[in-house]
Order: sequence, then structure tokens, then C-alpha cells
Amino acid sequence: MSQDPIISFQNVSKSFGEVKAVDGANFEINRGEFFALLGPSGCGKTTLLRMVAGFETPNSGEVYIDGQPMSATPPNHRPVNMVFQNYAIFPHMDVRGNIAFGMRKSGLSKSELDKRIDETLELIKLQGYGKRGADELSGGQRQRVALARALIKHPKVLLLDEPLGALDKKLREQMQIELRQLQQQVGITFLFVTHDQEEALTLSDRIAVMTEGHVKEIASPAQLYENPKSRFVADFIGSMNFFQGEVIDLNNKQLSISTDVLGEISVPASDSDYASKSPVWVAIRPEKLQPVFSAPDDSSNVIEGEIGPSAYLGDRSHFYVHIEKREEPVLVALQNLERSSDLHRNPFQKVWLKWSNASLVVLPRN
Amino acid sequence: MKSESLRGYSLLSPTLLAMVLGLAMPLVVLITLSFWIQDYLDFIRTFSLKNYTDFFQKPIYIKILFKSIRMSGLVTIATVLLAYPMAYFIAFRVKHNKLVWLILITVPFWTSYLLRVFAWKIMLGYNGVINSGLLSLGILSEPLEFLLYNPTSVVITLAHAWAAFAILPIYVSLEKIDRSLLEASRDLGENVFMTFMRVTLPLSLPGVIAASLLVFIPTVGDYVTPALVGGPRGIMIGNIIQSMFGKALNWPLGAAISVMSMITVTLMVCLFIWGTHNFRKRVA
Ligand SMILES: Nc1ncnc2c1ncn2[C@@H]1O[C@H](COP(=O)(O)OP(=O)(O)O)[C@@H](O)[C@H]1O
Ligand SMILES: [Mg+2]
Repeated sequence: MSQDPIISFQNVSKSFGEVKAVDGANFEINRGEFFALLGPSGCGKTTLLRMVAGFETPNSGEVYIDGQPMSATPPNHRPVNMVFQNYAIFPHMDVRGNIAFGMRKSGLSKSELDKRIDETLELIKLQGYGKRGADELSGGQRQRVALARALIKHPKVLLLDEPLGALDKKLREQMQIELRQLQQQVGITFLFVTHDQEEALTLSDRIAVMTEGHVKEIASPAQLYENPKSRFVADFIGSMNFFQGEVIDLNNKQLSISTDVLGEISVPASDSDYASKSPVWVAIRPEKLQPVFSAPDDSSNVIEGEIGPSAYLGDRSHFYVHIEKREEPVLVALQNLERSSDLHRNPFQKVWLKWSNASLVVLPRN
Repeated sequence: MKSESLRGYSLLSPTLLAMVLGLAMPLVVLITLSFWIQDYLDFIRTFSLKNYTDFFQKPIYIKILFKSIRMSGLVTIATVLLAYPMAYFIAFRVKHNKLVWLILITVPFWTSYLLRVFAWKIMLGYNGVINSGLLSLGILSEPLEFLLYNPTSVVITLAHAWAAFAILPIYVSLEKIDRSLLEASRDLGENVFMTFMRVTLPLSLPGVIAASLLVFIPTVGDYVTPALVGGPRGIMIGNIIQSMFGKALNWPLGAAISVMSMITVTLMVCLFIWGTHNFRKRVA
């Protein structure tokens, strides 16, 4: 992907009274990208999106769209369109009326416009629904109309505020696939807000993880999952086991760390360098711990524990393992590769967890 | 099924009874009366169309009926035009204590209707507030006479008297509009004015219709305001009907005029609703 920013936030901040909704956002979104703003509820995602659309004005900083500063541009003159969280379908118009709403000044003749609307209806798979009223549509259909209404304007960026939040799980998964296909088909930059980390991972080229008004990290889904840069991101995306550690020393590009439970480990030093004695978290994903149910011959990279509560999730099972000297149990995920109805492990059964040092993530601790 | 509908009716029955006694019965009496003939102090109780032929043959009744409708129409337009910005302000601009604003709007209506009409008489009169104010400021050398005792003074007084009845339904319909619809319109390229025309106004039309009917229907038949501030040129159909049941002592003719004005008002209302319905469709 070319480094060609279509949206650029430059030190953008926005407060509502005492609340700092967005605090110093400073990043860029590239042309043609599917970009997600991900974070817990109330972290400022919607506010950031609304500053792009023009419904909120930054207290400081500037939003650029395609190189143009936007602070003096009202929403109706910005080259972006939005899919609202509640879809905001006009109740006094039918589907065609809604889709045509923004085309009043398009300069198209009646027949050209009709053709465009037909094409758009086809794009969102709502052929034959043109005459339906807003109250005769299901949640998924309303969402499609909201998409069509925005896409027919060929915006430079399509803004989507939790567009799938109101849909049930099956429909949501189907819409995720369709959204991704749609984005590739129309080639428009999508800026997408969600609190659902799975959704962000599934859809996005890049994700900005936000918390309390700050952008914590921007990276690709795989980078965020496999190589998070902070405990917050590691914890927010997927599940993670954290172990306290302290750097012993750094040589030959290997980082030696003493940990409370995992013993002394040695991992490849990444680009971030840690001084000796600096406190760190050593983290590992639940699926990267391999449980064995009899004592292994090789005792390196193994911890011993006892099975605690477990949960059967169909394709996989989760179970907690109690480890001596550690209060918090360790979470382990196991693929249910064989067909069996007895995949729950017995509580109090002994288990040994093996790991590879390459799976460990080292994060700063303070 | 049967017992359930029975229960439904029994729940309804007090209302139903009140409706029959208070609305249907007088209507039946009125319609019956309109087909009788006044004979000095008594009625000739045989079916006759005389009152209706009188109504259509003497142009004065139809003329005054249509003048009343024109005046009420003006009152309705004036009231809605005044009420809409007020309701809009409370619905969209007032952030806190909307209830206080709504109560403040109804404050003038805690006094009696008659008092308010008299107040306007004092305002608009030859020696009234407006004239003496303008005189003392030296803007006028002698009092304006056209302020009182004409159709305009009736329209002004009625528009003020019915304002709250127009503000409230319009306010309710504006308050119900989802704010994100207005943002969606801006987002799709419309400015503030066009957003009002294409979204706010059509979505508040039910409130405007309700307000119009609430003002139009009762003011057509009003006789207090025209009697007090209308003067000879300001009389309305209500004054004619009142005199038929009073000084003129012709109850059947009064009943017939009442029936005719009811029918006319109903037709006007239908026309109005049909018109606004078409307007909505055109916008959509
Ligand atoms: N119009 C507003 N007035 C006051 N506070 C607001 C307003 N909009 C958002 N906030 C506050 O700003 C913070 C961020 O909100 P928002 O951007 O909606 O978060 P998110 O979309 O991530 O859930 C929240 O604390 C919220 O209460
Ligand atoms: Mg939000």
C-alpha cells in the first residue's frame, strides 16, 4: 500500500467540559485503506469520527482530508460520508428517496439518476426494495440503505460508526464479509469505528487502538495480535497471560529475563531495548501454551499446574490452570481437534504447560 | 371472544356514554331542529327544507360563513407561523429546563379567555396602550382608528388566544425528530436551510396539521372575540348563529346555519389534510 494519506490528524484534541474525549490524536490514514478505530466504549472513537465528518470541531489541532485543512469546512462541503450508528434512515422517504437524498445537486438527469440508484441498489443487494418505506426494512436492510446512500456520493472516505453493532451475530459475520468485499469493489477508504476487537481484526488493514482519548498503537491486525507494544493493547485484543519479570541482561541480541513463574528465559531482543533491571511483563497467548497430561521428559520451558475451571466453546476449550506461587490462574486454549463429547478436563488433574520462547512477548511494566 | 369484546365495551362505556350524551345527542337534536320551522314562540314540527333554502337564497349567510373561514384561515396561518419558531426554539435550542419554558408559554392561558380578549381591547383601543404609547412618543398626532373593531383585530386576538394550542403539538413533533437525521442530511450535502426544508419540516408536519386543526376548527365558530373586538365589520358566523338562538328568535334557522357551517368546516379540513398529504409525498 502506498503511503498516501487521505486523512491526517495533527495533534487533534477535543474536550467536553472536563472530559477529554480525544487527546492529541496524531496519525494518518492511507488512501484505499480499511482502517479501524478500536477501543472500549467511551474512549473517544465516535468523537474522532465526528470531527472528520464535521459534526464536532477540535479544540486544538487540525483534521486534513486529502491535504485540505477542514476546520472551516461545514459537514455538507466535506468529501466524506457517514453511516450512522443508528443508520438515520429518513422515515418520510422510501429506499430510493433515501438513496437519492444526497444527489439533489449532482447534475444528473432523472434517467441517469435512476440508473445510478439501480446500480447502487444492486451493489448492496437490495434490488426490488426501492419502493419500501423505512419502517418496512429489517436492521440489516436499513444498514444497507445507509451504506448505499453514502456510497452513491462517491466520497473520498466512508465513515462508519459501529455499523454492525445492532445486528445479530450471524448477520454481523455475513455483513463483515460483505463490507470487506464492498470496500475492495468500490476502492473507497473506509474509516470504521468498533469496540469489537474480533470485528476489527477481521475487517481492517490497520487498526488504531484507543483508550481514554489516546491512540495507544496503530498496526496491522497480525502485528497487534502477535506483537503488541503495550500491556493495554495485549490485553484488549484477544486474551493474554502476563508474568512479572525483570531484565537480567542483554547480549548477543538475546534478552535474558528472570520471571516469577516461568523461571529464567531468553528471548530475541526486539528493537525496543531494555536496560538491565528494568521491570517487564512477559506475556503469552492462551493458544500458545501447549498442555500435556503426563510429565514431559524435557523439563525446560515447562510449568506444572493443576486444572481449574474450564469452558467448552465448540471448536476449542478454555481452561484455567492453577500454578504454585501464582495467585492468578493461567488461561489455556486448546483446539478440539478430535470429535468427542468428553473434552472437559477433570478439575485437579495435573497438567504441564509447554511453550516456545518465540511465542513470548516482552512488554514494559511500570 | 365474545366476553372479551363485552369487557372492551364495558371498559369503554363511561366514555361511550359521555360521547353519546354530549356529542351525538345534541347533534341529533340540532339536525332535527334544522328541519323544523319557527312559529313565533313555537316550532312547526313537520319536515321542511325552508331553513336550508333560506340559507342558500339570502347571500348574507354564505358570505359571512366564507368570511369566517377566511378569517379563521388567517388566524390559523398567523398562529402556526408564530408558534413554529417558538416550538423550534424550545425543541432544538433550549438545552435545559424545557419544561419550564413550556409552562411559561402556558402562563397567559391561566387567565380567563374573556380577560385576554378584553386585554387586547385595551391594547388596540382608540385610547388603548398602542395608540397612547405612540402618541406620547410623538410618532402619531392622532390615534389610529384601524386597530380595533375590524377583522384584523379579531385575527390578532384569536391568534394570540390560541398560540399555546399550536405551540404544544408542533413542539412535540419537533422533539420527536431523531437528531441524527438532521446530521445525516448535512452529511449528504444539504445546508441548514435545505435540511430544514427536506427533513425537519416534513417530519414536523403532523404537529403542524394538528396545530392547524386545533386552531382552525374552534375559531370558525367563535363568537366572543368578534363580538368584543370585531365591530360590525368583524362579525363571524358564530355571531349570526348566536343571534338566531337569541334576539332573532329563529332556532331552526340557527340550527340549519350551524349544520351548514359544520359541513363546510369538515370539507375544508378534508381538503387541508389531503393537501398536506400531497405536500409530504412531493417532498419524499
Ligand atoms: N456531546 C457530548 N457532550 C458531552 N460529552 C460527550 C459528548 N460526546 C461524547 N462525550 C464524552 O466523550 C467521551 C468519548 O465519547 P465517544 O467519542 O462517544 O466514545 P466512544 O464512541 O468511543 O464510545 C465520553 O466520555 C463521552 O461521555
Ligand atoms: Mg461511539
